[in-house]
Amino acid sequence: MFSPARSWREYPQRYRLEAAKCSKCSKILYPPRLVCPECGGRDFTEETLPRDGKVVTYTVIRVPPAGFTEQTPLPLALVELTNGVRLMVQIGDIEDPETLEIGMPVRLEFRRISWDGEAGVIFYGHKAVKA
Amino acid sequence: MRDVAVIGVGMTSFGELWETPLRSLWAEAALAALDDAGIDKVDLITIGCMSSGLFTGQEHLASLLADELGMAGVPATRVESACASGGLAVRAAFAEVAAGLSDTVLVTGVEKMTDVDGADATYALGTAADSEWEGFHGVTFPGLYAMLARVHMQKYGTTREQLAQVAVKNHANGLLNPHAQYHLKIDVDGVLNSTAVADPLNLFDCSPVTDGAAALVLTTVERAREIAGGKPVVVITGSGMATDTVTLANRGELAELGAVKLAGERAYAMAGRKPEDINLVEVHDCFTIAEIMATEALGFFAPGQGGPAVEQGLTSLHGRIPVNTSGGLKSKGHPVGATGVAQIVEITTQLRGQAGQRQVEGAKIGMAQNMGGSGGSSVVHILEVI
Repeated sequence: MFSPARSWREYPQRYRLEAAKCSKCSKILYPPRLVCPECGGRDFTEETLPRDGKVVTYTVIRVPPAGFTEQTPLPLALVELTNGVRLMVQIGDIEDPETLEIGMPVRLEFRRISWDGEAGVIFYGHKAVKA
Repeated sequence: MRDVAVIGVGMTSFGELWETPLRSLWAEAALAALDDAGIDKVDLITIGCMSSGLFTGQEHLASLLADELGMAGVPATRVESACASGGLAVRAAFAEVAAGLSDTVLVTGVEKMTDVDGADATYALGTAADSEWEGFHGVTFPGLYAMLARVHMQKYGTTREQLAQVAVKNHANGLLNPHAQYHLKIDVDGVLNSTAVADPLNLFDCSPVTDGAAALVLTTVERAREIAGGKPVVVITGSGMATDTVTLANRGELAELGAVKLAGERAYAMAGRKPEDINLVEVHDCFTIAEIMATEALGFFAPGQGGPAVEQGLTSLHGRIPVNTSGGLKSKGHPVGATGVAQIVEITTQLRGQAGQRQVEGAKIGMAQNMGGSGGSSVVHILEVI
């Protein structure tokens, strides 16, 4: 499903939260692209994402897809960081999902996201936790 | 551009059809449409199918299926746009006939979803989202629509009960459709108490996993008139398609389905029609919230008024604008690649006055809205009887 090669090439974004800032209009793209969807610019500088943000919307997945059956219920949120970039992340360390709400302040932390059986690849990335 | 008519419709019953392989499902619908049109030769076959690879381990469908019908040699093409694959297959065929590249086209949609278990089906459908940046974190389709529902509920005050009423209405319509997967009357409490899938959506807010196929025959209006011999002819007067961001994180407005709005505007412009002209509409109710948002995006109700409209019965079979007379994806079933074609089977059947107990009296103009992913693509068609 998520191969080692794919995992490896995504390290800069997943591990170090590397994004690209458009040299023309300053829009920040995460993950980076070859062309800015805002202005068509093609020159970028590297920019690290801030770790603080807030919940834009959320859900708690009760019927998981293959690969996530051990992690159910699985709280997920669309988070907007302080620089306006949005990303989809799991919510970690939440004991009662009923306490989640739109606008809740969160902080990104480096965590294990999923694993491919006992001997398979372990995938890491960022989860959001209550700030 | 040449005017294009629908001269044949056909579909299988929708359901968990464990004994029937994909190719037989497909052929059954295709033969029904050809027989309905009274022809046995076509210039092209288009096939809407989202993921025969993940669901059944079979690709190279277009040639495989042309051969299944004894039509090896005929050009055939598979069209994929997730759950909007069927609608896009219709649009591809419409363009061929309109442009004069083909005179007569067999349009089909098919999906065989029950050969895999629930977790694998959820995964396969999930590939219509952004695999690398959404699927990686465990997102499912109910999860994405649940997130849209939360925003809609917060922004407009749409209620949990209003969502449930979409399912109740569509199941009531499905009772009158012999092809529907479920002939099951449900009530609001039943929806509210059904198993939680992705908060705030429950099992009865979600369309099911379904096997099924649907087919149409399209040709020029001139030929349609010859074949019809004085009987009414159903014409496709508008076709619109639009894309939007697949990744929810890249979408600015989450309380509106932008691709549906754009595709609708394009179809209205081509047909020279406006929302008030439409007598009935099939919308893509993959989840209850999707129907509410689609009816707003297509201009039938102002933003935020889709929920109250269902509550007031405006979208019921005998309401101001009947929505999903077929039972919709919710009750009729949702074999993803077939859905967009099956919607036009329903509209054509209604415009011909052949919808039996669920007939909308005097229906002259109908619309079908098909959607891929969490609104990353949408196809809208307007059909009129002349």
